[in-house]
Amino acid sequence: MSDPTTENLKRTPLYDVHVEHGAKLVPFAGYEMPVQYPMGVKDEHLWTREQAGLFDVSHMGPCFLSLEDGIGGGDEAHAKIAALVETLVPSDIAGLKEGQARLTVLLNEDGGILDDLIITRPIGEAAQGSLYIVVNGAVKDADWALFERSFQGKAVLTRADDRILFALQGPKAVDVMSDFFPGCEELKFMHHMPFELSGTSCIVSRCGYTGEDGFEVLVKPEAGLPLVKEMLTDERVKPIGLGARDSLRLEAGLCLYGHDMDPTRDPVEADLAWVIQKVRRERADFPGAERILKARAEGPAEKRVGIRPLERAPAREGTMIEVDGQPVGIVTSGGFGPSVDHPVAMGYVRSDLAEPGTKIDLMVRGKARPAEVVSLPFVPHNYKR
Amino acid sequence: MTRYTQPTTFYTKEHEWVTVHNDLATVGITHYAENQLGDIVFVELPDVGAEFATGDDMAVVESVKAASDVYAPIAGKVVEVNAVLADKPETVNESPREKGWFCVLEIKDGAEIASLMDEEAYKAFCEGL
Repeated sequence: MSDPTTENLKRTPLYDVHVEHGAKLVPFAGYEMPVQYPMGVKDEHLWTREQAGLFDVSHMGPCFLSLEDGIGGGDEAHAKIAALVETLVPSDIAGLKEGQARLTVLLNEDGGILDDLIITRPIGEAAQGSLYIVVNGAVKDADWALFERSFQGKAVLTRADDRILFALQGPKAVDVMSDFFPGCEELKFMHHMPFELSGTSCIVSRCGYTGEDGFEVLVKPEAGLPLVKEMLTDERVKPIGLGARDSLRLEAGLCLYGHDMDPTRDPVEADLAWVIQKVRRERADFPGAERILKARAEGPAEKRVGIRPLERAPAREGTMIEVDGQPVGIVTSGGFGPSVDHPVAMGYVRSDLAEPGTKIDLMVRGKARPAEVVSLPFVPHNYKR
Repeated sequence: MTRYTQPTTFYTKEHEWVTVHNDLATVGITHYAENQLGDIVFVELPDVGAEFATGDDMAVVESVKAASDVYAPIAGKVVEVNAVLADKPETVNESPREKGWFCVLEIKDGAEIASLMDEEAYKAFCEGL
């Protein structure tokens, strides 16, 4: 089918691989991306929970931020770059150990969430003063413009979104990965290692967006393309599209930026207060600290919760939530969870209704459908701690 | 006007099939439609007795990905719905033309049938997509 909206779309270096595997391609974050393969969303989802799923996430925003006056210089250099970044995020970046990564949020002056991102401290004295950062694809240009504005004359941004960024997720991911990157099986969740591959350096991180154990790899196309092609010949590995990526992350209770969080929500409402470590709370020196710490102390007006519809009808994003006929919240992500074999959703409700077990109504096509607030995730996380 | 004393199947551009038999029409979605939607996890059927004009939202099909409306292919009154779909919505994927039917309409205006495509016309329509 021809689609006029695909004309200005970018393609990732793995585009031909998607086509070869029969992907159905859709516009997503400015790219032509695979939404599903012939296997179908449900089976792709289940495959990832049982075997290993390979996701092209090259549309995302990997980048490096390095001190303007050069990297190297050990802890002191790390402290300098961390202090810069901490003006925009509420997490303890200075306290990261070499090789460690942290999920955090980019905040506006009111403490609203501009994006969620992963910040990694590199390994080795010579690399200190630099950070590896991955932001969301849909907002990468805005995020990077903010970095450049904020760190002008102090740090240099190097985009890495011309490379391949792919994820291998699922219980078999570690066995497959260790064939290609011996030693990566030793990595713990939210840690990374650099590797040499075909004479080019790449970054292997143990993290993901499915709730399963898994890895993300940033690699230049000339080395990454043959790597991905070879991995896909492994019978444990199947390519997985955006459709299953969404149902996997929803079952895992993970937020999707622009849906489950946006500039109108602060990290406390979004149930992400845990990204603000104690040292930052005490210093209260991040954007919107007053609002955020007040919400943390007194409780926010609304809170993000898991929602389990009690009937078979899924409740999609935008579904109004009511109690006794009164509006009390809204669904921000909703669909069907193939692993729980039941509809799943998350959304925001008034804080007094955020307790698991609370009965709510979901207004699906004008009808009140019974549902229950539940604790997240819907499926247990399988991270390698 | 033609009277369909033998069941005869027609199609819409929205990928529904309509099997006409006397003054009743059984309605479902085609293989093309169920294949495009992917794994169907929920079907919301109309109430028996509900009346629809041509093109009204009549049912909703939910796949893992999204919800899609199913329109009334012709005007009519619902006289029966397929109860199997409540517990086994995947029947629509497995047997779109047989066990996965949605509902039976009492045809309001038999002349509307002439505006639908026959098997050959629908096949050509799909090939042009």
